[in-house]
Amino acid sequence: MSAADTTTPAKVPPPRQAPPPVPDDRRPSGQHRPGGTAVPWLLLAPCLLILALVMGYPLARLVTLSFQKFGQSQLWGFQPAESVGFDNFAKVLGDGEFWTVVLRTIVFATGAVVLTMVIGMALALLLQRVSGWLKVLINIVLVASWGMPVIVATTVFKWLFDSDYGVFNALLSKLPGIDMIGHNWFASGPEGLAVIMLLVVWGAVPFVVITLSAGLTQVPKELEEAARLDGAGSWGVFRYVTLPVLKPIIVMLTTLSVIWDMGVFPQVFVMRNGHPEPEFQVLNTYSYDRAFVVNDYAQGSAIALITVLLLLGVVAVYMRQMLKIGEVE
Amino acid sequence: MSTLAGAGRRKHARLGWNLLGLLVFLTAGFPLYWMLNTAFKPAKDAIDPDPSLLPTGLTFANFGRALDIADFWGPVGRSMVVSLAVVVIGMVVGLLAALAISRFAFRGRKIVIVGILAVQTVPLVAMIIPVFLLLNDLGQYDRLTGLIITYLTFILPFTVWTLRGFIVNIPKELEEAAMVDGCSRTGAFLRVVFPLLAPGMVATSVYGFIQAWNEYLYALMLLSQKNQTATVWLGNFTTKHGTEYAPMMAGATMMAVPIVALFLLVQRKMAAGLTAGAVKG
Repeated sequence: MSAADTTTPAKVPPPRQAPPPVPDDRRPSGQHRPGGTAVPWLLLAPCLLILALVMGYPLARLVTLSFQKFGQSQLWGFQPAESVGFDNFAKVLGDGEFWTVVLRTIVFATGAVVLTMVIGMALALLLQRVSGWLKVLINIVLVASWGMPVIVATTVFKWLFDSDYGVFNALLSKLPGIDMIGHNWFASGPEGLAVIMLLVVWGAVPFVVITLSAGLTQVPKELEEAARLDGAGSWGVFRYVTLPVLKPIIVMLTTLSVIWDMGVFPQVFVMRNGHPEPEFQVLNTYSYDRAFVVNDYAQGSAIALITVLLLLGVVAVYMRQMLKIGEVE
Repeated sequence: MSTLAGAGRRKHARLGWNLLGLLVFLTAGFPLYWMLNTAFKPAKDAIDPDPSLLPTGLTFANFGRALDIADFWGPVGRSMVVSLAVVVIGMVVGLLAALAISRFAFRGRKIVIVGILAVQTVPLVAMIIPVFLLLNDLGQYDRLTGLIITYLTFILPFTVWTLRGFIVNIPKELEEAAMVDGCSRTGAFLRVVFPLLAPGMVATSVYGFIQAWNEYLYALMLLSQKNQTATVWLGNFTTKHGTEYAPMMAGATMMAVPIVALFLLVQRKMAAGLTAGAVKG
């Protein structure tokens, strides 16, 4: 470039200086080479292409669908899908059943998340205090239950809580004064959902325990000692030393749990043999029901979209935390 | 004297914690135990209203019955094809993308990272309706290829993010040293980074395989009954006589054991990759 500059005729305005280097450009100068910015985009291209096709397009379709009339005849192409504005949302939001489902989902998710986090934390702390051999045993069981396919776990729980031959009823009945043989846990929504919540918590606790255990090993021993010398009891040490250090992990785990537990589907669906009763519907099964059982795809989409919007706040917190972690490089 | 008493108290405390730990071990492990127990016990003992908690005998009859009730190997083969294809494509595409965001500084890098993270949080269930319509339009309904493409959307973001974690833990200086010594950028990657990355890639692939293998909803919705996968096979496990639990637990065991074994192998590596740096926040 500099060679060309000297031959520039005087009347032409001086060429603009090369743009200043991008401030956050941390590459060593040796890595500057022709096409330097094209390479990363080329590497990213296949990934972005797939995500755009199978994620971006359906996501856009989800939005447009929820503003259309789209039922069986539109699916088979007998009628064009016509725009209906906010009709679907108005119908959904004006439906009392929808709000019951929302409330039920929130109660379910809150219960599951709180139980998961509290039990997870308690077990992580317990693991620090038991003998080595027992720690190994518990870890094996935790990892094995974590690795259980959700469908397998669901069928196992279905069997455990079977009304006639389930071992849970048999064990309960061994307690004096209790006869639970033949008790059907799925006859009522709250009891059935409690069983499903137990299943979700059982499946979610191992991840929390193992992640928190890894975090606990990084709590500086000196800090705990210092707190103890300053007169803090076990609770004080936990509250003022352990918790603050673990906070980033706890935020990540809690937000992830909320996202997962608000989105619970196969557990409810399979537990109720593919046809959840009205008092078992949570947001996801409800959306599925509207779309594929009632064949109103537009309303199903509207419900799915509302679910996504409901979760946006939680997702934002999760993303901030992950980005913070991502910046530690 | 006081130290002795302290030691004694600590020993008592340890015993208490151990008892509690043992209780946790039994409770947490019970569902697994009961699955295996039911799978291997004679079917008539499985329908005892007062079941014995200990094994009552060892039989493989339930497994035979489970294989008889409906075609088992077909669904397993299809699950295998889908999961392997997803993992192979996902690893190649994911590795390229992970390299881009971990080893290059470029305008838009942050947006790409945010995008990939954001995609991970979109609930898959919400997407089932448009994905179903899309594949219907493309003529990919009831095809394994349709399911494979769909699974890539949840395997890819996870693969990219995890591989990125493994790559940033490999010091850049190693690569740079190789380049100073005359390697090209590609050469430096293949000779230096790749060997160090291999264990992480194996762990990520196995994890991705498990995720694809376990998926239920899309497999149920995008494939017809005659093309069902292993999870749907188990989810639909009922006969004319209602649910036969002993064969069902045998089926569950066949589904779970290989997956749990794989998971036990890679879990440690994955946990390290997922939480690396998390505490420093």
